[in-house]
Amino acid sequence: MTAAPVLPERGTMAPAIQVTGLHKHFGRNEVLKGIDFHVDAGQVVCVIGPSGSGKSTLLRCVNRLEEPSAGQILIEGVDICDRKVDLDEVRSRIGMVFQQFNLFPHLNVLKNLTLAQRTVRGRSKDEAVQIARQTLGKVGLSEKESAYPAHLSGGQQQRVSIARALSMNPDMMLFDEPTSALDPELVGDVLAVMKDLASEGMTMMVVTHEMGFAREVGNKLVFMDGGVVVEEGLPTDVLSNPQHERTQAFLSKVL
Amino acid sequence: MTRRERAILFQVALYVALAAGIVALALVADWPTIRENFWNKGGVDWADGNWGDLITIGMVNTVKYTAIAFAGGLALGLVLALMRLSPVAPYRWLATIYIEFFRGLPALVVMIFMSTGLPIAFGWTPPGGTVGAGLIGLIMVAGAYMAETLRAGIQAVPKGQAEAARSLGMRPGTTTVRVVLPQAFRIVIPPLTNEFVLLIKDTALLFLLGAAANERELTSVAKDFLASGPSAGTATSLVQAALLYLIITLPLTQLVAWLERRQRRSVR
Repeated sequence: MTAAPVLPERGTMAPAIQVTGLHKHFGRNEVLKGIDFHVDAGQVVCVIGPSGSGKSTLLRCVNRLEEPSAGQILIEGVDICDRKVDLDEVRSRIGMVFQQFNLFPHLNVLKNLTLAQRTVRGRSKDEAVQIARQTLGKVGLSEKESAYPAHLSGGQQQRVSIARALSMNPDMMLFDEPTSALDPELVGDVLAVMKDLASEGMTMMVVTHEMGFAREVGNKLVFMDGGVVVEEGLPTDVLSNPQHERTQAFLSKVL
Repeated sequence: MTRRERAILFQVALYVALAAGIVALALVADWPTIRENFWNKGGVDWADGNWGDLITIGMVNTVKYTAIAFAGGLALGLVLALMRLSPVAPYRWLATIYIEFFRGLPALVVMIFMSTGLPIAFGWTPPGGTVGAGLIGLIMVAGAYMAETLRAGIQAVPKGQAEAARSLGMRPGTTTVRVVLPQAFRIVIPPLTNEFVLLIKDTALLFLLGAAANERELTSVAKDFLASGPSAGTATSLVQAALLYLIITLPLTQLVAWLERRQRRSVR
């Protein structure tokens, strides 16, 4: 008999997300030019940068919605570009929130939250509904469970989409400009939900233009421009005392 | 004369022309002859005349054949549409060749080929006799048209929908069946209903293949009443058939309008 291998607790050894030498090009257009990037478990990392800087592409490579052209992506130490890895299983542990919400318009809120739980996690209907109601309560929309997405405001839709991702009990969450499509007065509700999540210790990668959120909630801030990481560090340092010329130019425009 | 006065005068002229046309038609038309030829009761009460066979045989079979052709065409069209969107290139080629081929042929040619050509060429008759063979031909052509409709509907579903489903870990098949297709079907309800109405009318082509008395669809029954029955020698049975076709098709177009209204309410 061999002794059972001692496995490290998930997240204690490898970073939640580890990106090494990542390149991505669409045709001749090279969008990512060798990115090294990591998110430790329990960290909130915000990625900022001008449009076209490649920040959304980087985020979408993390769960391979975009296929990397070269480089390595490790999720909790597992190479997700390895053919032997079940990509769908990995994705089910990575919650994703889109700029355009992407709720399923033909299903009501509750069914939006239970569909993947049942088809991917194989949960029973009762269990899926119970978890859906919990997460819906968490984002403050319990009373909307039988509404259709079209009848919700943008802010409510985005909170439902966060709840949909949370219902899968993910290890980490990816946010792709979650507030960019919202009316200004609705941004606060969504950011409040994200802040709660962060305080509960959720690992988060957030592509955003919300500098206030990045400063207040982020453990690390990454500035990207032209397909490379230009500067990274503590949010307060990067925002108040940017070292790089391009960072200074960008921040002077948005702050 | 001001512009407004000219406009009013023009409208009055239009109404006068319309009224004159109606009066002229009423005076010139030979109403007894028209009635004799287009709505002939054949000397007996009309309820005992053509309506029985027209409805219990013709209309029932027309509805039945349309339903079969539509269900078959939809199933075939769905397979072809998914093949056309397949990541496997040979599937795309096969589907494209099939669709382009059968959309380019008259339905009648395919139907005659299935019912007559196949038996002559291979000594094999498709199941269901002449009507069955004709329906298979109709399905083959309808499937090609519906494939294009369904493909357009599937492609009209925003990419973000599949991305959201995949990001939750759903498999490609589950994503297609549970997320993409339900939305695609809503998008194609109006064009598919149009397809259905066209099929109702295409079942009349079965008349040209011939069928046993109780297998005849509406047009065949009406055509046979031109030469026999109480209104023989007049066009009455065709007028009756036309009314029956409208009884099927008009509610359908109303149904589509209602479905579209309901859809607008529940989805965006």
